Amino acid sequence: MSAETIQSRREWLLSDRPASRLQARLGRAYVAWRRFSANRLALVGMLIIIALVAVAALADVLAPYSATVGDLKNARLLAPSAAHWFGTDDLGRDIYSRIVYGARWTLYVVILVAIIAAPIGLLVGTVAGYAGGWTDTILMRITDIFLAFPKLVLALAFVAALGPGIENAVLAIAITSWPPYARIARAETLTVRNSDYIKAVQLMGASPFRIVLRHIMPLCISSLIIRVTLDMAGIILTAAGLGFLGLGAQPPLPEWGAMIASGRRFILDQWWVAAAPGAAILIVSLGFNLLGDGLRDALDPRSGDQ
Amino acid sequence: MSGDTLLEVDDLRVTFPTRTGLVQAVRGVSFSLGRERLGIVGESGSGKSQTGRAIMGLTPPQAEVSARKLAFDGIDLLSISPRERRALRGNRIAMILQDPKYSLDPVMTIGRQIVETLRTHEKVSKAEARERALAMLQAVQIRDPARVFDLYPHEVSGGMGQRAMIAMMLITGPELMIADEPTSALDVTVQLDVLKILDKLVAERGMGLIFISHDLRLVSSFCDRVVVMYAGKVVEQIEASELRDAQHPYTRGLLNCMPRIGFERHPLPVLDRKPEWAA
Amino acid sequence: MTAAIAIQGLEVVFDRFRALKGVSLEVREGESYGLVGESGSGKSTLLRAIAGLAPVASGTITVNGKTLGKTRDKPFYRDVQMVFQDPYGSLHPRQTVDRLLQEPLAIHGIADGEKRIERALDEVGLGKGFRFRYAHQLSGGQRQRVAIARALILEPSILLLDEPTSALDASVQAEVLNLLEEVRRRRKLTFLMVSHDLAIITHMCERLMVMQNGEAVETLTASQLIGHRVSEDYTRNLLRASEGFVRA
Repeated sequence: MSAETIQSRREWLLSDRPASRLQARLGRAYVAWRRFSANRLALVGMLIIIALVAVAALADVLAPYSATVGDLKNARLLAPSAAHWFGTDDLGRDIYSRIVYGARWTLYVVILVAIIAAPIGLLVGTVAGYAGGWTDTILMRITDIFLAFPKLVLALAFVAALGPGIENAVLAIAITSWPPYARIARAETLTVRNSDYIKAVQLMGASPFRIVLRHIMPLCISSLIIRVTLDMAGIILTAAGLGFLGLGAQPPLPEWGAMIASGRRFILDQWWVAAAPGAAILIVSLGFNLLGDGLRDALDPRSGDQ
Repeated sequence: MSGDTLLEVDDLRVTFPTRTGLVQAVRGVSFSLGRERLGIVGESGSGKSQTGRAIMGLTPPQAEVSARKLAFDGIDLLSISPRERRALRGNRIAMILQDPKYSLDPVMTIGRQIVETLRTHEKVSKAEARERALAMLQAVQIRDPARVFDLYPHEVSGGMGQRAMIAMMLITGPELMIADEPTSALDVTVQLDVLKILDKLVAERGMGLIFISHDLRLVSSFCDRVVVMYAGKVVEQIEASELRDAQHPYTRGLLNCMPRIGFERHPLPVLDRKPEWAA
Repeated sequence: MTAAIAIQGLEVVFDRFRALKGVSLEVREGESYGLVGESGSGKSTLLRAIAGLAPVASGTITVNGKTLGKTRDKPFYRDVQMVFQDPYGSLHPRQTVDRLLQEPLAIHGIADGEKRIERALDEVGLGKGFRFRYAHQLSGGQRQRVAIARALILEPSILLLDEPTSALDASVQAEVLNLLEEVRRRRKLTFLMVSHDLAIITHMCERLMVMQNGEAVETLTASQLIGHRVSEDYTRNLLRASEGFVRA
């Protein structure tokens, strides 16, 4: 592509008078992208997350060994080498392969929690904020009850009740992480519910359901996306914590938290067994945090209406 | 320099950096001010407020102010230190803003704010400061100064708040007052009361006043001279009494386009903006 | 002649604060009626009470012969629309003009959307080029034109105007006032317009009511006001104030 066509495309995107719905939408996305990409660290964060997704998708190609079956006879607790980049664990399994497959479980947890918790929070918060009165009081007191417990302790209680396992861990984390989203959504709703543009829609005869769904929710979504992204690190850590305590993923699943737990017995002599999954958790958490910060700059509804 | 010229502005420019490049909010504004009432009139984006802020030294830090000359009473405002500028501000130059709600400290009583203002600029005893603050509140026609002295800004009406603001600004006896839309947030009847007070104080104390407003008619009835701004430039300077004979089509358009009681015109004449006005 | 809007003894109470204290008025069909007063006079509250946005404590509101209850139904909104004061606050920040104008059509299930949107934009002097812009890509005057287009798209017979030009520059104000007069003439609309500016009200309205502290001070015709044939001191004060500053 020549420099000229790039230039004209940019002008098309940044046009003050878009000629179609598509151009308007793309133009808005492009402005957000420019703001996002101006932040170098956010780009690093995004690269980390893209790498995580790629690793998860290509795990079968990238992993040289099986994640669950080890070579007990010859390959127990080997130090990192050319054959085993991150060494092997006490069951003779290749740690690099386990981390590669573990990316899938990390993504699985993160995505499931996000798609369960965020919509619940959004719905509870916007409905409470828009309806006010008794609805608001009841919904917010329920939210307060959930917020009154430390997240991990509450998740532990749920997992203990539901039984250990990664699905139940996901469920427990989702149940414990929606209340802050409800709070955010409610706060955003309260700031816009008395604005003239919401009044104007009321004056068109729109039902409360329609107003919440089509006019208020879109305004809350960007702050929610930012918050969820920033929470991802916490979710990963909670999942790892549950795994570490033996209440999350069960052996032989290559979940990173569970891997650290099993490596803890050798932490002084065979440090790599716990260090490799620990580093993986660290990097991915960092990636989500950087990405979230970048999104905050790009999507912040208060920094102009772009 | 004659002692009559209080403020001299020559080729004042204020430039803001933005995402798409530099934007000049003020593009070469020149005027001089004696002990008189000068009105600066323009619509939104004309640069009238930024002109006032640049003189006051309240331009946002990312913007750049330049001028061939910006002198107050012979002091070059652009070359003195920020400390000297601060000492000048509030002491010899004062500013009133549009909405008293935003310019009064909400957690301090009105009386205390006035006393503090006075004591930062002059060495006076607490008792004397209180005396003078009460006298000042009286001067802005607040009926019960002792009561208002102990009230918080949110406990008074808009008109009362604006009077308190004026009292606070005048307590140090400034020689130049910049009023940026001082009455736009007020009801019309209150507006006139506040203007009357301002007018009286300016006349009594021999201050210079710069009255910044979007309302050409109000400004022309209040000021001696009017500077009309458009797109960061001065398009016309005219004696208020001669406004009827204004030359520039923009000034004439601004005067004409407002509905007036007893002058029926349907439709109202609208401004036909010419690109060369901004050139 | 029938009354487009008839109000009897209207009281509005917000948390024990009586914003309206028994106000009555009658707006004839096709008439332009003004409400003038200073802040706290209850003029905007009256408008919002008709639209169903303020809590009515007692009194009746009748629109086109129908007495309104506590809630407003969909047909009501096809008869009555409103233009708000602040053009920066009345357009949704994340929606294009197209989406804003489509919403009322979608709510009322009106089919010929495309045509109506184009016609509405033409009518307010914006044209097709503005259809896919966001609110932040418009000036104050353009935003107010979009708000007027949105109010007109359901083809109401009554337009409630809440200080529609007070946030605009004088030259833009003239354009918007001309536009409002033009659509009123073309569509034979009834206007109920609120302003603090006597000059605007006499320019736009045939009759007007002066309000103070939630009560009606007096009802006048525009020509009575122009001729200074007013009976209340408060109105006289307002008239004097609107003539600008006079040095004693």
